[in-house]
Amino acid sequence: MIESSSVHLSVTSEPANLATVRAAVEETGRRLALCEQDICSLVLAVNEAVANVIQHGYEGRAGQPIEVTLEATGGDGQVTLRVIIQDRARQVDSAQIVGRDLEDFRPGGLGTHIIRAIMDEVEYRPRAGGGMTLRMVKRFPVAQGQA
Amino acid sequence: MCGGNESGCVKDVRQSGETVVVELAGDIDLHHAPAMHKALLSACEGQPARMVIDLEKVRYMDSSGLGTLVEVFRRVKAYGGKLVLCALSDRVRSVLEITRLDKFFIVLPSQAEAMTA
Repeated sequence: MIESSSVHLSVTSEPANLATVRAAVEETGRRLALCEQDICSLVLAVNEAVANVIQHGYEGRAGQPIEVTLEATGGDGQVTLRVIIQDRARQVDSAQIVGRDLEDFRPGGLGTHIIRAIMDEVEYRPRAGGGMTLRMVKRFPVAQGQA
Repeated sequence: MCGGNESGCVKDVRQSGETVVVELAGDIDLHHAPAMHKALLSACEGQPARMVIDLEKVRYMDSSGLGTLVEVFRRVKAYGGKLVLCALSDRVRSVLEITRLDKFFIVLPSQAEAMTA
């Protein structure tokens, strides 16, 4: 039986902190007994989301706040993981946050595509008082008796 | 994780005939990709006929690393050279597949095969 669990992480916007975020997501995936491939995908999606905040939201400014919350619930033969990333960066129209056409072979725009390819739900919202909230959901099937 | 200094991801750059081999290592993310970018663009300057990027020791690569590979591919192709990636881990291969970049790059299992591609 997988019990509900929640992990919260506060980091600042230095790119070096991505390793800390990845380690926390990987640890969560292992605690939920996800398979290696699912863990790798999840780590990649969260890394890309936080990297986007650092690179595009804060435009490379160091020392800015980023809050990452991972909430897991089990049931109906699956684990549902909700990832919430909050910042105080510039607000953008969520309709503008799209990945590039993958047939167009050029650098850039890959992070958003990776996030949407991996996660089941992706929703960007402006926060009251400034900044953005990114809410992502991924559902993982689990072996019988585990969920 | 990548090494503690800026060049930690770039383990070796060497010339072998008309080929330049660049060996990368560690986690290549937004923090470490600039060092990789600098090393690879520097390796392009001599316009080698073949550039081999060995990723055997790369544990993780995100879109910033991929973006650099795309840029280098375009530069090498522009002067008529060939870029070959080799020895990808399952993790790095997975990122290439998710972004469908695997169809653009020449990817070979080993450095030895890449040297004769």
